[in-house]
Amino acid sequence: MAQERLAAIAGIHEYPLRVAPGVSSMQIKAESMKRALDDAGLDWGDVDGLYDALDGEGGGGLGLAAYLGIKPRLLDTTQVGGSSYEFHASHALRDIAAGRCNVAVTTYGSTAASMRVPIGTGGMGRGGASWQQNMEAPYGSTLISNYAMVAHRHMHEYGTTTEQLAQISVATRKHAMRNPEAVKAMTDLQFVKVDEITVEDVLESRVIADPLHLLECCMISDGGGAAVFVSPEIARDIKKKPVWIIGAGEATKYRENGGDITTSAGAQSAPAAYGQAGVTPDEIDIAMIYDSFSITVAVMLEDLGFCAKGEVGQFIEDGHLAFDQPGLTLNTDGGGLSSNHPGMRGLFLLLESVRQLRGESNSQVDGAKLAVAHGNGGLLGGTHTGGTVILAAD
Amino acid sequence: MTKRFEKGHVNMANRPQPSFPEPDTQHFWDGCKEGELRYQTDSDGNVVFYPRGHSTVTGDRELSWNVSSGMGTVYTYSVVRQNRMPGFQELGAYAVAYIDLDEGFRMMSTIVGVDDPTTDIHIGQRVKVEFEEQAGEDSFPIPVFRPV
Repeated sequence: MAQERLAAIAGIHEYPLRVAPGVSSMQIKAESMKRALDDAGLDWGDVDGLYDALDGEGGGGLGLAAYLGIKPRLLDTTQVGGSSYEFHASHALRDIAAGRCNVAVTTYGSTAASMRVPIGTGGMGRGGASWQQNMEAPYGSTLISNYAMVAHRHMHEYGTTTEQLAQISVATRKHAMRNPEAVKAMTDLQFVKVDEITVEDVLESRVIADPLHLLECCMISDGGGAAVFVSPEIARDIKKKPVWIIGAGEATKYRENGGDITTSAGAQSAPAAYGQAGVTPDEIDIAMIYDSFSITVAVMLEDLGFCAKGEVGQFIEDGHLAFDQPGLTLNTDGGGLSSNHPGMRGLFLLLESVRQLRGESNSQVDGAKLAVAHGNGGLLGGTHTGGTVILAAD
Repeated sequence: MTKRFEKGHVNMANRPQPSFPEPDTQHFWDGCKEGELRYQTDSDGNVVFYPRGHSTVTGDRELSWNVSSGMGTVYTYSVVRQNRMPGFQELGAYAVAYIDLDEGFRMMSTIVGVDDPTTDIHIGQRVKVEFEEQAGEDSFPIPVFRPV
């Protein structure tokens, strides 16, 4: 492989708590930035680039820089839903390669659990007048039901089964039980069963929106974190081994007349990312995929090229996904299903990819060299973005 | 208020109403008051939906309004068992669906007139539009679909 090494992730931090009463999202962002800089061995004053997803009370780059007390020379407020952080990594690769900044940070903070934000079941369409809200608000579509519509169509077209989708939850929980922060998360959020689960457990959990069961839906937690992006020159002198961003792709998709709901924006962003990285899906060791729901992972396994469209059910039955199974390994931190989902999970996909490529994961895959982080932002069955980032070990 | 799985489960008279001023969708909703399901086409015959001021194929702003037969097919659906939004919260299980109209446009809607939405709706089912009257003076009827 002759990949270009133009930008790296030098430091990471995942805020350890999933229930954090009395803490603001801005405090989580600032603390996470400090700890991610510490992880890299870099200083607060080194930061000259700031990416933000308009989360928390910060007002994006406009307010966050003031809160942090820094004056970066590059400011990028990209908010495209939960995949915003893959877009930030993509932009950092572009911007650092162009010499626009050398030490850039993206941060995330959320208190969705403490604030009791009903992300998946709160209903949509209470905002002001817009062309789309006016057409959809009368029907009581929830975020979960939107993803569930993708699941129904996938089952209809390809014969995918609930049992197959449930395996995604089972493998992810297996990883979560090896992650002390995930175990604490499930305990603090009062999961009925803080243990490994079976396909039967998933099927016996209540249906939230047909055909998706409770155990196919991500948690709603507090949380946050940060990642530090650096130039190759900076990467030489950091505390730990850098993890290289070698390719990135961005795309969007939406409800279209006659469109195929079972194919996501990932089918456009992934080839762009692989192309830039000069790698193919069969070379990837670790897939960090935004597991908002089981169906999200199923669709992305196809769109990221790990199997053909419609064949993910068989791919799952062939026994991949868990870290101790052969082949592709999925979401080794426990995912949004069982570890951390404060609303925009995209950041954690990058963080666990870095841990794997440093050899620091709780469910480490020996010799992991390449990871793909793929975020899906917005509504899988409606307007959404796909952000794909390919990461390589040093 | 209808109960969960009540036979003939249909009416919800307090659905969220469209908000105006909103220039793209005004004519569509005016059509609902006339019992018409309206959609646009551009000068090349491309269907434009949801309603907009431009063709999503060409950017052309010269669009024509047409009236759909109201006949369509269920492209996909989900049955919502949990919605914390007032009005829907008390409704019991109800369907949300994408309907492919015969004229070639896809819209979000709901399916009414089934005994049990968890068992009586399927992808590929033929449905026809009807306009559900809403409470309140001068409110817009909401286009919903019933199996035929």
